[in-house]
Amino acid sequence: MVYVPPQEVEDVHLHDPDTFMTKYIWSQDHKVIAVQYSLTAIAVGLVALVLSLMMRLQLGWPGVFDFIDPESYYQFVTMHGMIMVIYLLTALFLGGFGNYLIPLMLGARDMVFPFLNMLSYWVYLLSVIVLMSSYFVPGGPTGAGWTLYPPQAILQGTPGADWGIVTMLASLALFIVAFTMGGLNYVTTVLQARTRGMTLMRMPLSIWGIFVATILGLLAFPALLVSAVMLLLDKLVGTSFFMPAIVSMGEQLDYSGGSPILFQHLFWFFGHPEVYIVALPAFGLVSDLLSTHARKNIFGYRMMVWAIVAIGGLSFVVWAHHMYVSGMNPYFGFFFATTTLIIAVPTALKVYNWTLTLWRGNIRLNVPMLFAIGFIVTFTNGGLTGLFLGNVIVDIPLSDTYFVVAHFHMVMGVSPIMVVFGSIYHWYPKVTGRMLDDRLGRFHFWVTFLGTYAIYFPMHYLGFIGVPRRYYAYEDFDFIPESAITLNENISIAALVVGAVQLVFLYNLVISYRRGKLAGSNPWEATTLEWQTPQTPPAHGNWGDTLPVVYRWAYDYSVPGAAKDFLPQNQPPSDDAPVQEEDNLGFDSTDPASGGGTREDA
Amino acid sequence: MATAVIAGARPPGWSGVEADWASDQRTFKNVPWGKAMMWIFLLSDTFVFSCFLISYMTVRMTTTIPWPDTSEVFALTIAGHHLPLILIAIMTFILISSSGTMALAVNYGYRRNRKVTAALMAITALLGASFVGMQAFEWTKLISEGVRPWSNPMGAPQFGASFFMITGFHGLHVTIGVIYLLTVAFKVLRGDYENTDYRIVEITGLYWHFVDLVWVFIFALFYLW
Repeated sequence: MVYVPPQEVEDVHLHDPDTFMTKYIWSQDHKVIAVQYSLTAIAVGLVALVLSLMMRLQLGWPGVFDFIDPESYYQFVTMHGMIMVIYLLTALFLGGFGNYLIPLMLGARDMVFPFLNMLSYWVYLLSVIVLMSSYFVPGGPTGAGWTLYPPQAILQGTPGADWGIVTMLASLALFIVAFTMGGLNYVTTVLQARTRGMTLMRMPLSIWGIFVATILGLLAFPALLVSAVMLLLDKLVGTSFFMPAIVSMGEQLDYSGGSPILFQHLFWFFGHPEVYIVALPAFGLVSDLLSTHARKNIFGYRMMVWAIVAIGGLSFVVWAHHMYVSGMNPYFGFFFATTTLIIAVPTALKVYNWTLTLWRGNIRLNVPMLFAIGFIVTFTNGGLTGLFLGNVIVDIPLSDTYFVVAHFHMVMGVSPIMVVFGSIYHWYPKVTGRMLDDRLGRFHFWVTFLGTYAIYFPMHYLGFIGVPRRYYAYEDFDFIPESAITLNENISIAALVVGAVQLVFLYNLVISYRRGKLAGSNPWEATTLEWQTPQTPPAHGNWGDTLPVVYRWAYDYSVPGAAKDFLPQNQPPSDDAPVQEEDNLGFDSTDPASGGGTREDA
Repeated sequence: MATAVIAGARPPGWSGVEADWASDQRTFKNVPWGKAMMWIFLLSDTFVFSCFLISYMTVRMTTTIPWPDTSEVFALTIAGHHLPLILIAIMTFILISSSGTMALAVNYGYRRNRKVTAALMAITALLGASFVGMQAFEWTKLISEGVRPWSNPMGAPQFGASFFMITGFHGLHVTIGVIYLLTVAFKVLRGDYENTDYRIVEITGLYWHFVDLVWVFIFALFYLW
């Protein structure tokens, strides 16, 4: 590689907080914004968790809880899905972990545009408030299902067709505005504000995952914005973008000539990349957890990076595998089944690399590691059922059954949540300066891990025998055997237990903030930059007077000949701290003239 | 090959691009943060307009009612002459001219000629405002002829819906651009950017040229098709 003259990163003009309000409320510090994002996302996620338990109450003991009528059941389904996917997972991974980790892991003082970053959070909060206002408008929130398919989403007979759908669409539009402001910051920071020595190929995989996911978001959310605007126009102004000529409740409506399939295409052009907007940060974060706690470099770093990029690219050409039963041209199904199976290749490659990272590692089986291993197992399970659903002829009998519910809850519900938990246990010491309680953490892990299997594994069986999803009640269907009813009761009990155990986690978060063991600056003996800050929790500006200089990649664990079993990224090469073989890195890290060199001559 | 390169010089061609991407600190050398961010934003916005235009083309194919003849709908009779699409032609001419004045403003900005830069930006804003004004005239004309988002006496109701939505969304972009231009022009005149090389003028220009380019696609796909 050839030498490119180094440039000093221009120092950010930091907005120095002086009062409580500017420090914790109207803060422009990425760390505070990250915590604000995370707490809001977790709070709204709890609402969605309660909604899912209400659904389980109805499914497990139909008719016993008479406050759950069909209308409110559909409202639970819709709000649970939308909140979990968008307002919890997307916001937590990108707004929460992205905000916290990007500047710290790259050795920057803050995001490139702190004011915009602050604005991003407040617009996100506004979108959450608008969403929650659904519960206070006449008719309550929309019950159209989280996919909001027209024509039914905006017609009478669907719960919340008067106001709920309007608040939902308005809230989504606001969320996209908030995400765009944050996302522009994340991408620009990764590309343009790294510290000296931090090349793209030295970035921790967490950053790669968040970076590519943010790019996906910036290109996929526009489709959701456009479909939300057009559906709002159909609802409020009476246009017919998505509405064909239709007879509703015996009356000919004023709509004519629109295309309901168009909405499905737009929605899934957003919706499928959205799966990877959630999955890629999880992939990245879990790679760092595995490598750190197995005391071993990540297996096949460059392959992992290119797999993330390849999955990101492919995720834009698989969307119509959600639409095999929509009546689109069968040749589309052929194309999209092919691309869907191709995307399994880089994904499987990542799973192999995670497993090989564990192989012969010096595994420390602590709570973050438990969750990381739990993720690998769950994700493999969920991924394998994806192969069934990706094939048109297998999908057609399985679609709209509980098999689909089981698949996506394993692959994009439980798996990312495993990573969220693992990452919170891993980074909580950096955020607060104190460790989370280990025993409570282990209890939380085992009940959550085994409990989610008790919930979702039997659902595959329900799907095979043809139990349709999204139904309010299953009485009076001859094809549904008695065993399905009792199985539903079992699933509901497991769900209630798993739901209750999350309170232990919340208790742990609160109690450890005051009483937790002091963490010190680097409790896990990790290599990445965020563990090398002069203060813990990091002070405003992160790095004190001088920015760190990076000499090596993020995975120098158990390097032969080194004095310690980990070498931080900012540790200069020496006899006690050799650098990895050039072949491993792709560049000569000792040569200042190489692309990845240190820049002592600057 | 690396040996042939003088230390400190960026190698030409693709190896230079590769070197930039393999380097530390910043991928796009000499590109300020704001400019990088504007480019990424415009990429995202491209997807917004693409989705609008593809949706419009889809409903145009879906609807069973004939689409109105746009060259007749947007024709004006001026001094006894019947001129198809004349107003749209003038609007397009004005918007493209405003890109020219914007480019000049960027040039004068880098020469640190504050007065000329601000004047050229103000002219750009004026041309943009006149574009929005003519769009308002066009909306008024169509509305007075009975075109509504939900119905259209000349044919498919999706014509009105797409027209108001797409030109409305583009008009909103132009309006925001005019405000943005005037704000920056005022600050240029006041001397706020003496320390930052007037790169903000170029960043504003990027947005303005984008809005202009989008109009070309709307013109081709909505008015000419």
